[in-house]
Amino acid sequence: MKPIEVSEQNFEQEVLKSDVPVLVDFWATWCGPCRMQAPIVDELAEEVTSVKFAKLDVDANGRLAQQYGVMNIPTLLVFKEGKVAGSAVGLQSKESLKELLGL
Amino acid sequence: MYDAIMIGSGPAGLSAALYTSRAGLKTLVIGKDRGALEKAERIENYFGMAEPISGCELVENTKAQARSLGVELVEDEIFHISWDGHFILEGKNGSYEALTVLLATGTGRKTLNVEGLKELEGRGVSYCAVCDAFFYRGRDVAVLGNEDYAIHEMSQILPVVKSVTLLTNGQELKAQAPEGVSVIEKPLRSVDGTNRVEGITFADGSSISTEGLFVALGSAGAMELAKKAGAFTEGQNIKVNERMETNVPGLYAAGDCIGGLLQISTAVGEGAKAAMSMIPFVRRQRTSSKAETSK
Repeated sequence: MKPIEVSEQNFEQEVLKSDVPVLVDFWATWCGPCRMQAPIVDELAEEVTSVKFAKLDVDANGRLAQQYGVMNIPTLLVFKEGKVAGSAVGLQSKESLKELLGL
Repeated sequence: MYDAIMIGSGPAGLSAALYTSRAGLKTLVIGKDRGALEKAERIENYFGMAEPISGCELVENTKAQARSLGVELVEDEIFHISWDGHFILEGKNGSYEALTVLLATGTGRKTLNVEGLKELEGRGVSYCAVCDAFFYRGRDVAVLGNEDYAIHEMSQILPVVKSVTLLTNGQELKAQAPEGVSVIEKPLRSVDGTNRVEGITFADGSSISTEGLFVALGSAGAMELAKKAGAFTEGQNIKVNERMETNVPGLYAAGDCIGGLLQISTAVGEGAKAAMSMIPFVRRQRTSSKAETSK
């Protein structure tokens, strides 16, 4: 499945209250590594069905980025039962994302 | 707009340029200063050298060869690569646009052993001002570096933050710091903070408080540029496949910056391989943009 766009409006519903783990890709248009992270997340999202994949534009959702201590992008956070269960900062390969998700 | 820009005027960059220019690609080579080869007094182990010649002479000969084949050469230092349908390179003297870019700036191993630096990466320590300045709006930050690259990174941060302190880590400042920026030339002892950067302690025991540290040591090399463009790196090397392609479409790397033997012969060969990948990439781009226009 394609990753969903999350924002301050649907973050609680889609991420915090999700029944399955969620991988959130914090990104912005001005960030070169984010541009290369996106297709890797997309590819993984097609392969893995046990995890929900989401993208969060930090430019439009600065408060959420701040709340979760995001200071570099790309940052990838794994949420399980509403809590951060894993994190990775900087461009990640598909293999390292799988490892982050415990797959 | 260039079809191909080679960043680095050593054997990898120049060799690639010979091929791309001969194939009809509008080619520019951007060099900064004397590379590793130009510092070599005698080259005795390269093909065709009946009498040894200096590295400088070898490079100058190849530059003349490149010029005669239509390659443009300029002196500049590239600080940043971004992408907007094509590559945009920001340098000290100007900006350049290209369909393909080869990173061939050699290797400049920059390791810094400061306590806390590695541990606080991603939690206040950043290597990309353009990417991360946004998160420091209204905060006090520091930039680590002493050359033009540090000043460039600072120019990205200054409009957003409350204050910037330039830290040279005991090195002489080789560039002009903007007005209003305080400069501390003392060596660093540690980057402090538990969950995120809170301050910097110097070797003499004095300290400052800061919420962010942007690292821009020395000049911007292939590694820094690769990371900013979103290319994978491994240790001190840029990751490429056998065609010299990075994971970023249109971005290639060759020569010492991809590791291996660090010899002229391998750099020349890798430059040629990179060119062989760049030529069809540019042709495909041209075909698809023609198809777009005729729609």
